[in-house]
Amino acid sequence: MKLSFLGIAVISTLLSTAVYAETVIVTLEKDNALAIIDPVEGKLIKTVEVGQRPRGIVLSPDNKFLYVATSDDNTVKIIDADTFEVLGQLPSGEDPETFALNPAGDRLYVSNEDDHLVTVIDVINKKEVAKIKVGIEPEGIAVSSDNQWVVSASETTNMIHWIDVKTNQIVDNTLVDARPRAANFTADNKQLWVTSEMAGTLMVLDVATKKIIKKIKLDIQGLTSDKIQPVGVVIDKERRWGYVAIGPANRVAVINAQTLAVEKFLLVGQRVWNLAFSPDQKRLYTTNGRSNDISIINLENHKVMKSVGVGRFPWGIVSKP
Amino acid sequence: MKDNYFVIKSPVAISFFFIVLALTKTVLAENVQVVKISYITQQQKVPAALSNLDAFIQNKGMMGANIAIDDNNTTGQFTGQKFELNRVVVPIEGDVVQMFEQQVSIDTPFVITNLPAKQLKQLADLESAKDKLFFDATTTDDELRNSQCRHNILHLLPSRAMRADALAQYMMKKKWTQWFLVVGMTKQDQLYAKALRRAANRFGMNVVEEKRWTHTYDARRTAQSDVPVFTQGLDYDVLVVADEQGLFGEYFDYRAWIPRPVIGTQGLVPTAWHKTHEQWGAVQIQNRFKVLAGRGMQEQDYATYLAARSIGEAVVRTKSNQMQAIKDYLLGNEFALQGYKGKPLTFRPWNGQLRQPVLLAAARSLVAVAPVEGFLHPLTELDTLGFDRPESSCNQPGEVKAAVAVVSENNNSEGEEITIQKLIQRLKKYYNNLNGNK
Repeated sequence: MKLSFLGIAVISTLLSTAVYAETVIVTLEKDNALAIIDPVEGKLIKTVEVGQRPRGIVLSPDNKFLYVATSDDNTVKIIDADTFEVLGQLPSGEDPETFALNPAGDRLYVSNEDDHLVTVIDVINKKEVAKIKVGIEPEGIAVSSDNQWVVSASETTNMIHWIDVKTNQIVDNTLVDARPRAANFTADNKQLWVTSEMAGTLMVLDVATKKIIKKIKLDIQGLTSDKIQPVGVVIDKERRWGYVAIGPANRVAVINAQTLAVEKFLLVGQRVWNLAFSPDQKRLYTTNGRSNDISIINLENHKVMKSVGVGRFPWGIVSKP
Repeated sequence: MKDNYFVIKSPVAISFFFIVLALTKTVLAENVQVVKISYITQQQKVPAALSNLDAFIQNKGMMGANIAIDDNNTTGQFTGQKFELNRVVVPIEGDVVQMFEQQVSIDTPFVITNLPAKQLKQLADLESAKDKLFFDATTTDDELRNSQCRHNILHLLPSRAMRADALAQYMMKKKWTQWFLVVGMTKQDQLYAKALRRAANRFGMNVVEEKRWTHTYDARRTAQSDVPVFTQGLDYDVLVVADEQGLFGEYFDYRAWIPRPVIGTQGLVPTAWHKTHEQWGAVQIQNRFKVLAGRGMQEQDYATYLAARSIGEAVVRTKSNQMQAIKDYLLGNEFALQGYKGKPLTFRPWNGQLRQPVLLAAARSLVAVAPVEGFLHPLTELDTLGFDRPESSCNQPGEVKAAVAVVSENNNSEGEEITIQKLIQRLKKYYNNLNGNK
């Protein structure tokens, strides 16, 4: 009797983890730690020390490893995505902040803001493969899912540099609005979405021609234009909706990815910067740097469901099934 | 020998090679658009100082322009534009006007100046300066932005009025409403005090005491004995000091009769740039500057940096190297400069002043950034600092056009036609409310 009861308990636990298993991992810039969150329960599970000033975070395609830029340690750490143990580190160059992983998961592209470089790292051998000279203060970086392009956004040069993955050379440049922060490809790799922090715009670039095909000025009633500072941008797999985090405006813009019209603005926490989808893309998570929490948005009805306090200065965010 | 193919043996081939080389060179040279900028400054005598703690920096400002030109040229590589900086340093005894006429060529449309107001006005009024645009990276003079304003000058540093307003907003937030104003003996100190009195009035606070510092400037004789006596018998919330040269202001902290914070030219200072400023990517430019200059970035360096970056930004966007096109762009709505202060920087079309947040810094910590939260404005909160459009006695030609564009952009949702007069009325009403209808 006792045994079977235990058995049921075990099975039900297994079931519940099987149904709900999802973990959100957030870098806490000021706490030098990772926050581990159960997004379904909406609870902070624990925080784990990780190194000094963690910012950018990426999950490997097989969900086994996390890569975390610990900026003040001048390295990118490799972390076990289940135990959160530090397994090793990568030679990222100085003050790494943002980076992107290629689809195969064996090349990491790191922006080195102070040196105006993109460093290419062989993840398997933990070796630097190339340094690519780009514009002043590169920040946003993305790799297309067909592994053809790496794009680097330089904040002071105000350009998107198109780097050919095969040659590691810049083959084209697109002039964009002031202080481009983040860039992301649509899943079909036909478009690149880029945010401009100073002009308050979202620009949609055509990947084939490398030209801006649409510029969306984000205006929010009741806010002066200097508060509109778009940063993080993500687009769902079907290219139905795109989402833009608007920093000190404390809002996420919901954009119809077909018509490129702004549908609405969702009020989240303070200074919202980075965004991540849940693996099933039913939820969107935001890091809110100044209110020290993350917001969980239900994407079926575009409503903010919950905010979860996570620690000081949440910065980067990923979600793991 | 697989490398043999690179050795050109035939003389015909050699000459052909050089012809091709020459051709590519000319083609390249023709394609590059050159942007000519001059930087002019005058060497200074080492001024008297309170102490030897901060070494005198000769020619502050040059390095900021250098870095911005490098940044511009990095972008220029990709856009086919080249920025050339001609540096003119007038010796201490030299004649600025003469050197300007001799060394700044007629086809140089942009001049960054690191000169006092008087000399800047002389240059701007020259016949040869008619088609030039000046970028003032030094003065904080309010008159130069009002009754004495010139249509061919843009001002990069916050005026005294902007600084005083920044201080006042912070004092209001802290409820330090009763001020003891201490003013130095120089003309600059008087102007700083004037800006402070204006700010007190503007934000509804009181200068309850005002005294002029007439004592000596010798710390050994002065500080311990004179300061307590000087400040005795007065009651106030905050001691506001106007001492631009820094000759005595540092004396007051810890020595005044009653313990009160010191704010103004010393203590908590309003500034365009400060070593304690690290937010919004500022740490990157601070680090880059230190590596290149071997010292920290100063206000004047920040100003020359912004000046050359403004030109760079406008040239890249307009694809022009002509004065009028660049000026129109800089004063228009499209222009947004990233200046490491968390807000896009723009120029006020009515007097050419760069709109910008003002840092409020203590020696080793950044205390606040003005505009302080809660000070609102119908167009941009940055215009709560300094002389706003209806208060300004400077009217730039073309200003009305730009203003109407701003207003119509801000009102397009209502479909209401807004004239400049209506806007001014609105702003006046707003200020009357702000000042409690004084």
